[in-house]
Formats: sequence, structure tokens, C-alpha cells
Amino acid sequence: MSDEAKDDGLISVFIDDQEVRTKPGTNIIEVAKSIGLHIPHYCYHEKLSVSGNCRMCLVEMGLPGRDRATGKPMLNPDGSPKIMFFPGPAIACGTNASPNMHIKTKSKMVTDAREGVTEFLLANHPLDCPICDQAGECTLQEQSAEHGKGYSRFIEEKNVKPKRTVLGPRVMLDDERCVLCSRCIRFCQEVAKDDVLGFVERGSYSTLTCYPGKKLENNYSLNTVDICPVGALTSRDFRFKMRVWFLKTSQSIDTETSVGCNTEVWSREGKIYRITPRQNDEVNDCWMPDSGRALYQMVEAENRLQTNLVKGKEASIEVALREASALLADGSVAVVGSGRSSVEEQYLLKRLATALDDAPVSLVNRTGEGDGLLISADRNPNVRGALITDLIDELPKAQLSDLAEGIDSGAVETVLAVNEDLTEAGLTAEQLEKVHLVVIGTHQSATTDAADVVLAGMTVFEKSGTFVNQQFRLQKFEMAVPGPKTAMNDLVLLAALLANQTNEKVVSTVDSVWSELSSEISLLHGLSYASLPPSGQLLDASSYEDLPFVEGETLHYKPVALAST
Amino acid sequence: MAKVLERKPLTLAERTYLPQILSGLKTTFRHLIKKKVTLQYPEERPPISDNYRGIPTLVKDPEGREKCVSCQLCEFVCPPKAIRITPGEIAEDAPTAHVEKAPQEFEIDMLRCIYCNLCQEVCPEEAIFLQDIYSFSGYSREEMVFKKEKLYEIGGTLPDRHFKWEKKRLAAEHGNVH
Repeated sequence: MSDEAKDDGLISVFIDDQEVRTKPGTNIIEVAKSIGLHIPHYCYHEKLSVSGNCRMCLVEMGLPGRDRATGKPMLNPDGSPKIMFFPGPAIACGTNASPNMHIKTKSKMVTDAREGVTEFLLANHPLDCPICDQAGECTLQEQSAEHGKGYSRFIEEKNVKPKRTVLGPRVMLDDERCVLCSRCIRFCQEVAKDDVLGFVERGSYSTLTCYPGKKLENNYSLNTVDICPVGALTSRDFRFKMRVWFLKTSQSIDTETSVGCNTEVWSREGKIYRITPRQNDEVNDCWMPDSGRALYQMVEAENRLQTNLVKGKEASIEVALREASALLADGSVAVVGSGRSSVEEQYLLKRLATALDDAPVSLVNRTGEGDGLLISADRNPNVRGALITDLIDELPKAQLSDLAEGIDSGAVETVLAVNEDLTEAGLTAEQLEKVHLVVIGTHQSATTDAADVVLAGMTVFEKSGTFVNQQFRLQKFEMAVPGPKTAMNDLVLLAALLANQTNEKVVSTVDSVWSELSSEISLLHGLSYASLPPSGQLLDASSYEDLPFVEGETLHYKPVALAST
Repeated sequence: MAKVLERKPLTLAERTYLPQILSGLKTTFRHLIKKKVTLQYPEERPPISDNYRGIPTLVKDPEGREKCVSCQLCEFVCPPKAIRITPGEIAEDAPTAHVEKAPQEFEIDMLRCIYCNLCQEVCPEEAIFLQDIYSFSGYSREEMVFKKEKLYEIGGTLPDRHFKWEKKRLAAEHGNVH
């Protein structure tokens, strides 16, 4: 083994005498992680800068010795290089790998250091795990179990600090629990670019606080709650709602923009309690916007459609589907699709539109201002899916002007709207009055009020499927909770409508639709829902490069026009 | 090969049956004059040992504070899933505001409960105890799901050794406030 980097640019580091090949400059926590060894830490976070203030990750470190006089490597009697270990421990997070570095993570010195740090952290910790929301996912709890004494030598009175400090509209601070790791501060500085948090006072008086007159109210504030290793920062929405060990996680996608943040939906017995980001280094790192975390509230919203309606009256699914099919069969149909529908639904909707004498399809445009991080200008999560499935061949126009003209001129007599409120998209109430209206929707709106037939569908949390985000990354989401008992999966509704038009059997499960998608759409060739990796599958976007997509630059995404610069 | 047992002929004493009758009567008369073991249940009740495992109930501390902070550990540990808790926050102006958390609702399905004592053992606040009540009934299943109010009513107040939260309140009032 030589001191220099080998041809592959990697160097050798020895952790507990096990050789690890790694890139020069990787910090020791990451090197250890690559061989499945966890070095305990609080302040270090892989997506934030290193601050090295918790001292939990102390390890023993050494380098091959060189004779000072001759500069030659010092050797043991058996000829192996002599490792000169530093007299004191060093922090693994702030130590970068260098050639032939030796690390001890299990020595007496390291064990003592960890136990000492843990004892100091617990000296003033309130130990209110029974009322702490972090219990069950608390790093301090886990590492105290591993490195703590199990009893306290601290007989003095503990510090008392404020326990219900409101930092912002969504975040609450319990100062007593804070271990002063500064992850939240670094997140606000480095990721959210909203530098409002900081420590004041010294020693045991140290307190996390907001800059006077400011609040932690940026749209990424709840990420500080996620990265807080203890229960100091808690979400005001999730506070005291449910213990995390009861919650089941399902992989999902944030539907508010075309960024397609990977998320985890936490539910218990069919009720969603919170949404947190799921790490995807190609899309959203470990973050997600606060606005996306509130989306679960739509599941139990007051205006949620609970039943199928025919002319405003409750109807069974059979009657509603029969009525809808009869209206659609009359002809002169226009279809309004949605950038919020999954790829599978858009595919079936395309087939339905084709079966309805090639009915014109328009997509509702939904744009806003991007924030350059995880909110993009396109507020539809799946416009690119509609392009891929051929539902549309150009980007949606700002208003449904073609459809409005069609209705005014009488060319369109029936409108099928999927998951969209047409009045919001620019149609007037008079125009809706003029036509027969069949709506598949989840929430009551002016459009469902005006509709002849309303078919109650599912929200994104109640069904499975895929979205294509702004990078043309195909990502899947899975069902987290069951929907209302009278509502139906949109895919089943579309398949039933299609079957009624064509008198053929139509597949209606995600897996079976995918077997058709992969054979009929060349871009999706060889893919299947089941084999789609959790981090998504990047599709070849070259044929869509010329389209004027509205997105600006966001995290891990550069528009094609900017990508070359 | 079948074994043939020879039956001995009965003796004179055996044929009179008198010794057998007498020895039987001896047992009868002995029990007639012995202390009675039968209890006239339900008027009379057996003594219950201190560690008897009757129905689980919630208790208050001597100051009347509800001890449960709805940490839901009992709900988690309960083998038959008889416990169901809806956690809640204590209002900031309440006298026990420093405890922060208390159950909004606490239900124990006594038809499901197997009196295993795990809830009492796991409780970090010593708020749930198995009492000495072993006999109770109801006319419907709903009636047998005991709500928080009823659980406190049966549980009453138990002495406290720690006064954990009271100490915390005192520490905040004087002493270590930063």
C-alpha cells in the first residue's frame, strides 16, 4: 500500500483495523457509514456544514509515523508501519479521511468520551420523555440507552428554561430539551437562506432564539423539526397528537409542485397524522416545504365528496356510472384532464378520450412563483406525465379558452372533468350550465355543484400511482390510508367509463395498467410499477426539450435553457 | 396373555358394611364441627391480597392532579389492545400547565382486559393501577368500555412518593430560572 492515492482516486482508511477505500476528504462519520458502522453524533448532518459542537462523535485517530530525523516511515518490529495515535480523541465529523489514517471507535478512550458527553448532556436534560413528541425517534434517547449510565450522579437542581416558546406559526421550542447542536440554525442559514435563529447567552444559560422582531416562518421551517435530534423543536400541528411508534409510514410524493418532493406519510388506523420528507439526493435531499406537509388535511376536509351524485342527489356507483356513460355516449364531448392525476389515470383518460370520437383534451394550467428551492413555478405535479401518455401534445394554456369557445359555439355539449374545478380554470357558471357535465372529483366545488354526474374519487393519499416530475423523473407513491367507503379509485372509475364506451374489458389496477404502459409507450419500455426504485427512474427527456416549460431553477434542477450555462 | 385376577371372598366385617359406614360418618361429623370454608358470596367476600390484579384504573395524586400524561405506553404494551388514549394538551392558563400533556379521552375495554398488569408496570408516571375490584358487570358492550371519568372515579387518589411535577413547578418558581 502506498501513501499516495491509487489510480482510482481513492485512499485507504483503517477503521478498527478494517480497510475502507474512500474518496480523500470524506469525513470519518461518512466513511464509517459506508461500512455500516454508526458513529454516534448530534450536531453533524450530512446535508449541512460541520460545526463540531456536540462532541459525541469523538474517535481515536492516528497516522503512520515518520522518523523526524530521517523522514523515513517508522516500522514495528514485524515490519508493518507504526501508527502514531494522537494522545486525545478527535471529532469524526470534523476529521477528513487522509491516506492510511487509522481510526479506533471501540477503544476505552472513545467509550469513556461518549459516556462523558452523554452524562453532561443528560445533567440538565428534563427527562420528560413521557410528554415529549420526539420520544421514539429521539437521538438522545437512543444514544443514552447505548452510552448512558442508566442513573444520574447529578444531585443538584436541574436548569429550568422556558418550555413553550413559540418560534413561528408552525414551530414550537422547548428550551430545556435543546442540546445546542445548532442544526436548525445552520439549516436556516444554509438551506432556507432565512437566517433568523441563533444562540444567545453562555454556558448553561445558552438558549436558542429568534432574531428580535423576527419569526421562524419561512416555508421550510418544519425541516428544523425533522433534523432536531431531540424534542426541542416540535411541530405545532403534530404536537401531542400521536406517539410515533403507532404510526405506519407510506412512501408518497408531494403534489403541490412539479418538484415532486419525496415524502413519507405517517398514519394510524386510516388517519394521517403527519407528512415528513423522504431523503432523495437527486430531488429534495432531506427537505420539503411546510405547505406540502399540510396537504393531508384535504383527506378529512369538510368539503370532501363522500358520495356519488346524479343531478345533485346521492346515487349508487352503478347508477352514477350508467348516467355518466349515457351522457358521454351522446357525443360532442370535451375532456378536461389534470396535471394532478397520476400517469396511469392520464393514460386511461387518453384512451377514454380516443374512444369518445377523439374528444379534444385540455389540461388545466396552474402556475405560481417558484422559490428556487423546492417550490417550482408549475404547481401541477404531473404535466410531464400527460405529455408522455400523449394526453396532451403541448403545454396547457393559461385559461381553458378553447373549451370556453367550444361551449359558446355549441360544438361541445358534454364536458368530462377529472379532478379539476372548471370555474377556477376560467369557465363561467353560465358556460357550465350550458353543457352536460360529468365530474370525477374529491372535493365539493362550484363545478361539482353544477355537474350532472359526480363520481367521488380518491386523493393522492388513498391511491397508488406514479408522477413524472420536472426532471422527467418517474416517481411512485403508494396508498397510505383507505378512502371514504363510497368513493372509488379514479383508475377504476375511468376504467369503468372506458369499458362502458368500448364494451371491452379494461384493466383497472396500477400494476396491470403498467403492463400496458410499458408495452405501448416507448419511453416507459421495460418499466413496471413494482420494480420502480424508491428514488425514481429518470426518463429520456430529449424529445420534449423544445417545449417552453415554466419552471425556473430549483434544488437539483436546471431548466434546459440554463443547463448548458 | 390375559391376566386373571382372583377376587378374594369378603370377610364378615366387610359383609356387614358397618366399618365403612362408620368411617364415612366420621368424616361427615368432623366437617360438621369444623370451621366453615364456604363464603356466602356476594354478601361475604374473600380477603384480597395487596398484589391482587383486579381492574385497571387511573389515579390522581394527593393534590388532585390527574397523573396520566397520555404517553400511550400502556396502550402500546397492552397485549389485548384494551386501552385507547386520545392525547391532548393542557391549556396554558391551567394550574397544571407545566405538565403540558394530559389525556383528552382514556378508554379501557374491560371485556378485552386480561388483567396482566403490564400497563401498571410500564407507566412512567405511576398513573394506572390494577385495583382489587374483580366483580363488575354491565348490560352492553359499550357500557363495559370504561371512559376516563369512570376510571378516575373508581381509581380515586393514591399516595405519591415522588411529586415529580410539583418539584418541577417549584424549581421553576424559585431557583434555577434562567
